[in-house]
Amino acid sequence: MKPILEIQSISKRYRIQHLAGGYLSLRERMVNALKFEKNNMEDFWALKDVSFEVQPGESIGIIGRNGAGKSTLLKILSKITPPTTGRIVSRGRIASLLEVGTGFHPELTGRENIFFNGSLLGMKRKEIDKKFDEIVDFSGTEKFLDTPLKHYSSGMQLRLAFSVAAFLEPEILIIDEVLAVGDAEFQKKCLGKMEDVSKSGRTILFVSHNMAAVREMCQKTILMNKGRCELIGPSTDVIEMYLKNGMVQACYEGERKQDSPYIEKVYSINSSGELGTSFLNEDEIAVCIKTQNTGSVINLSLGLALRDRLGNKLFTTTKKYLAEQGDKLHTVTIPGKLLLSGNYSVDVAIFIPNGSVYDYARECIAIRVDDFESDMAVYSSADIGVINVPCTWT
Amino acid sequence: MTESEHIIDASERKLFDWKELLFYKELFYFFTWRDIKIKYKQTVLGFMWAILQPLLMMTIFTLFFGKALNIPSQNLPYPVFVFSGLLIWTIFSSGLTNASNSMVNNAQIIKKIYFPRLIIPVSSILGALFDFLMAFILYIGILIYYQQPVSLHAFWCWPVALLVTIVATLGPGSWLAALNVKYRDFRYVIPFLVQVLFFLTPVIYPISMLTHPWLRYLLVVSPMYAAIELFRMPITGIVPQPEFIIISLGSGVLLLLIGLTYFRKTEDLFADFA
Repeated sequence: MKPILEIQSISKRYRIQHLAGGYLSLRERMVNALKFEKNNMEDFWALKDVSFEVQPGESIGIIGRNGAGKSTLLKILSKITPPTTGRIVSRGRIASLLEVGTGFHPELTGRENIFFNGSLLGMKRKEIDKKFDEIVDFSGTEKFLDTPLKHYSSGMQLRLAFSVAAFLEPEILIIDEVLAVGDAEFQKKCLGKMEDVSKSGRTILFVSHNMAAVREMCQKTILMNKGRCELIGPSTDVIEMYLKNGMVQACYEGERKQDSPYIEKVYSINSSGELGTSFLNEDEIAVCIKTQNTGSVINLSLGLALRDRLGNKLFTTTKKYLAEQGDKLHTVTIPGKLLLSGNYSVDVAIFIPNGSVYDYARECIAIRVDDFESDMAVYSSADIGVINVPCTWT
Repeated sequence: MTESEHIIDASERKLFDWKELLFYKELFYFFTWRDIKIKYKQTVLGFMWAILQPLLMMTIFTLFFGKALNIPSQNLPYPVFVFSGLLIWTIFSSGLTNASNSMVNNAQIIKKIYFPRLIIPVSSILGALFDFLMAFILYIGILIYYQQPVSLHAFWCWPVALLVTIVATLGPGSWLAALNVKYRDFRYVIPFLVQVLFFLTPVIYPISMLTHPWLRYLLVVSPMYAAIELFRMPITGIVPQPEFIIISLGSGVLLLLIGLTYFRKTEDLFADFA
């Protein structure tokens, strides 16, 4: 049987403006334009020579760190942006869900949005008519069908959006992390629906950070790294490989220093006491710091700062400790229900308050938090900040 | 299209991919339908605005240009003259404005879903046609009120005028839509452009008012000239000069080709720039 999808050495280049000294003034821009200088543009290869084949009926997971090129690959497969080189041969109708509820308009009613969104996703009008009742039923919003979407709760909007998408019947379905939103119960429902889809013999490409979902749904997984296709194989093996590699970076090991206190090791452990970098919103995050002292200064402070994915410091916490010679293990517990979905990094420092800094490990370990439970979980894809604060509303 | 092979690569696209456009034909309808729905949501008068707007414009122009300045009107009552012009002009002006902003306004959709991008500017022009149909009903009323005789030529003149208008709007509309994605400067250029073209097109005055022949040749370059003259022909009974019509039609078709070519050439980059 011929593969339903052949990806033949796809590469994608983006040109990014390279600003050497901060901002360019308008005058400089104009001077550059007059000189026809183009050297401030830098090439960035989001994808480099990616090839693989998909057989009909296969479900394939795509995993990798942020910026590995997963989304770019999906965008090319969905024809949203063309590849710079290479080509893709597809032997079936492709529908892509890079977002749920694309084209939803707050002024239109639920009914109107179902029709518009369905049609955008590639459904025919007759098809929508036929499945309309099922869609409404699945979403559980029948009472509000003729209410403008702007009066819906965000949870309801999401359910409606996913329900339309769930009834798509393309030969190839491309899904990007859309399940990372919504309450846990609805997520389960969605995953169930997707399993039905894959069992009915359709081909699925599924990008996710949710390893459990990938393992459950996909027989085969592709691991992407820095725009390349690093590993293709059975899901269990690839995921294990990925997590193991991730683990190495999850544990920071500092350089040995003579006659000075230093940070020997930093790692995070989950609630069951195992090494881990992936947490849920409600989990407490324990960061273990092992310090060494080979010097004679003993009254020290140990500090930990948490940064968001953009590198902004969110908070710092410190503790005074008596640094006798030898090693010492400290555990900092970041309370649960505090961090919203996202990637974080940790800085650790040994210092004397308002004095010298003996050791500083900047962004030494990375932490991933997924939030399915908090009130803010449904907004995961929006710009809502990173801290969940239990404010009171009256 | 189950068995057929489909290839995605960086190669150039055809100017018109009829097969693909046909496959997505329902989206034309849905985009137009959505635009019309949204436009009149939460308004008390709703579709009535499509009638009221040209009516108010007609009243103002009649007072200032018809009564106060005594502009000639090809032997028609000035309100009839100016309304017939405004009716067809409004398709162009609102169609062009909507189309030019359409790609930017739908950026969120463009970044997430593929469909032939041309559907977006075309649908926003079709949306302007809906307003035209509403106002056309009023136009018939006005013709009856002024007991204006209409020749049978109307049966071909009016549809042809509409077609010419769509061509005249789609060319610059798709061109500006594509330019607007990359250079948002055009957002500010468009209202100005529409205003200038309004005075350069014989909507509120007849072309016979211009005595200098070269000035006339300048005006008929506007692709809307032919549409307006054709639309008025059944009521004025004045057959416009053929060479004027040909120039105007030619410019419309040329702009359409330029607009569509530019649109298709840059279409692939919309998702990256929008």
